[in-house]
Amino acid sequence: MKIIRRNLPLVVTAAIFAALFGAAGVCYDGFFSVRVATSLLADNAFLGIAAIGMTLVIFSGGIDLSIGAVVGFTSIFTATLVSGHGVPPAVAWLLALALGAALGAAMGTLIHVFKLPPFLITLAGMFFARGMAFALNTESVGITHPLYEKLSNFDFALGERVHLPAAALLFFGVVLIGYLIAHHLRFGRTLLAIGGNEQSALLMGLPVGAAKIGVYALNGFLAALAGIVATLYTGSGNPVMGVGLELDAIAIVVIGGTLLTGGRGHLLGTLLGVLIFGTIQSAILFDGRLSSWWMRILVGALLLSFILLQRWLVRGLARRG
Amino acid sequence: MKNPDSRPRRPVSPLVWLVAGLALLVLLNLTKNPAFLRVTWHDGHLFGTPIDILTQGSRTMLLALGMTLVIATGGVDLSVGSVCAITGAVCALTLQHGQSLAVTLAAAIGVGAAAGLANGLLVARLGIQPIVATLILMVAGRGIAQLVTDGQVLIIKHAAFEFLATGFVLGAPFAPLAVGALYLVSHAALRRTAAGLFIEAVGDNETASRFAGLAAARVKVLAYVFCGICAGLTGVLIAANIGAADGNRAGENAELDAIFAVVVGGTALTGGRFTLLGSLLGALLIQTLTTTMYNLGVAPAVAPVPKALVIVGVSLLQSEKFRALVARAWRREGRSGA
Repeated sequence: MKIIRRNLPLVVTAAIFAALFGAAGVCYDGFFSVRVATSLLADNAFLGIAAIGMTLVIFSGGIDLSIGAVVGFTSIFTATLVSGHGVPPAVAWLLALALGAALGAAMGTLIHVFKLPPFLITLAGMFFARGMAFALNTESVGITHPLYEKLSNFDFALGERVHLPAAALLFFGVVLIGYLIAHHLRFGRTLLAIGGNEQSALLMGLPVGAAKIGVYALNGFLAALAGIVATLYTGSGNPVMGVGLELDAIAIVVIGGTLLTGGRGHLLGTLLGVLIFGTIQSAILFDGRLSSWWMRILVGALLLSFILLQRWLVRGLARRG
Repeated sequence: MKNPDSRPRRPVSPLVWLVAGLALLVLLNLTKNPAFLRVTWHDGHLFGTPIDILTQGSRTMLLALGMTLVIATGGVDLSVGSVCAITGAVCALTLQHGQSLAVTLAAAIGVGAAAGLANGLLVARLGIQPIVATLILMVAGRGIAQLVTDGQVLIIKHAAFEFLATGFVLGAPFAPLAVGALYLVSHAALRRTAAGLFIEAVGDNETASRFAGLAAARVKVLAYVFCGICAGLTGVLIAANIGAADGNRAGENAELDAIFAVVVGGTALTGGRFTLLGSLLGALLIQTLTTTMYNLGVAPAVAPVPKALVIVGVSLLQSEKFRALVARAWRREGRSGA
């Protein structure tokens, strides 16, 4: 009982996911299929990876608006190196991941050392990364490389009819590592403490500076990883990739039950948030009559209801505590 | 011996930095193009790059006006770009149904005020963080705009409507004149009465202002409503400028430019203080920067990079820690030099 009450937002999110998926399954023929379930994961893998990083940043009470632009930069950076300069993909990936982490660390340093608002600094990071992406190339660049072909044809067979593509596996890996970091390592607990009250965290002797800079670096790294997954998924790099991705990621984190003020949340909620997001998207596709803009309106409505729910829960907790 | 450092130093007004930045940009342009500041009379109206900058910058100026008040209350409004898209779509619909310009403008103001009211109630009455509360309308608003236009780009053919963004009065461009007049009216309404002080009090310390007898929540709601109305009117200018309502693209990233203009203008994101003149000059700086990029032949797509550098630079200038660091380095330099 106590476990359920403590994780109430998570339980509510899970129930909503089940209800949405069930309703879609009843309404649309063929929605209950392994194919839909696996594509739910594969299609949203890069969004999910970015959302995991965003969750950790939001744990610490921060926000990162730059991730969509970093995804765009990474995708065109990788494509330019692999297709234009014949660099082996593995080297291009390592460089891209290092650049993503470096941009994150730089933003984290500005935010922590000079006490600048994360909103403004990551906004600058977004402009910077998007501009650099267009400086590399203004057009989409296709990637043809044996390794890319092998990876896009790769799937992991779970039984006879269940096949998981590489992107979905990577997403699961990131969720697992993110879960360990957030809820079983000292780093995650430090982030939640900072998000709860930075002054108290400092007085407790926690490494506030290192954790804050570290979480932005980690988020930059994950955004770059999401960009690489996006190149695998589309077989190309494009500077406009990931426009508005940061908003979807923030919405997913909130739907997943994490408080945007920081200090409270659960990483698995973000996984559920990604699944809810994907379910709405697939249902709109299945329906065919609903236009794509209903996606935006439904996500907005979900955001509103979750925020109101959180408000109510937090008030309840405050009264009891 | 008197320690020269103990003298209280007056902080440099952010307006000085702004004017210096603008002057630097103009100088940069003049070296490339000596005719940069030339304004001529052409086809019965003023013509030249400065006029262009004013006309194109009027939209960000208008958004920044509303955003200044919201930021002064310690909030932020991310939804203004989406609100622009919604009002543009609504205007296209009312004009298509043969309504007059007055009705169309009233509809735009009404939509903007309703959006601002929704944001304000979420922030002030329910106590939701401004970033989150306005994110809802930012995400959903674009969907709503496309719902109104049915996913189409609606063409607007209405001379009086297009005049709002592209017309000239006695040879001077109408849009910057109208926005300038709005700034003057707002300045008078805020600084000649206690209203501006109320906003600053709420932004500085909401609890204290409530204990002092201010209806803090109402002040906040009104700031968001005002911001929504400004966004609605900006939506009119955007739609009138391109002669079409595009639910998907209208006002894209407009909220970022507006916030940028306000912060560059010297209104801190923490709230409690605001300067309308700063926001006006901030918006002018952004537009001059954009025009400079065009003039220097920088690809429009790469233009965000210098914008990012300006944001970081201005933020650092406003950071006390950074100023202390620079001051210490400056002093050390002076001592070793002496």
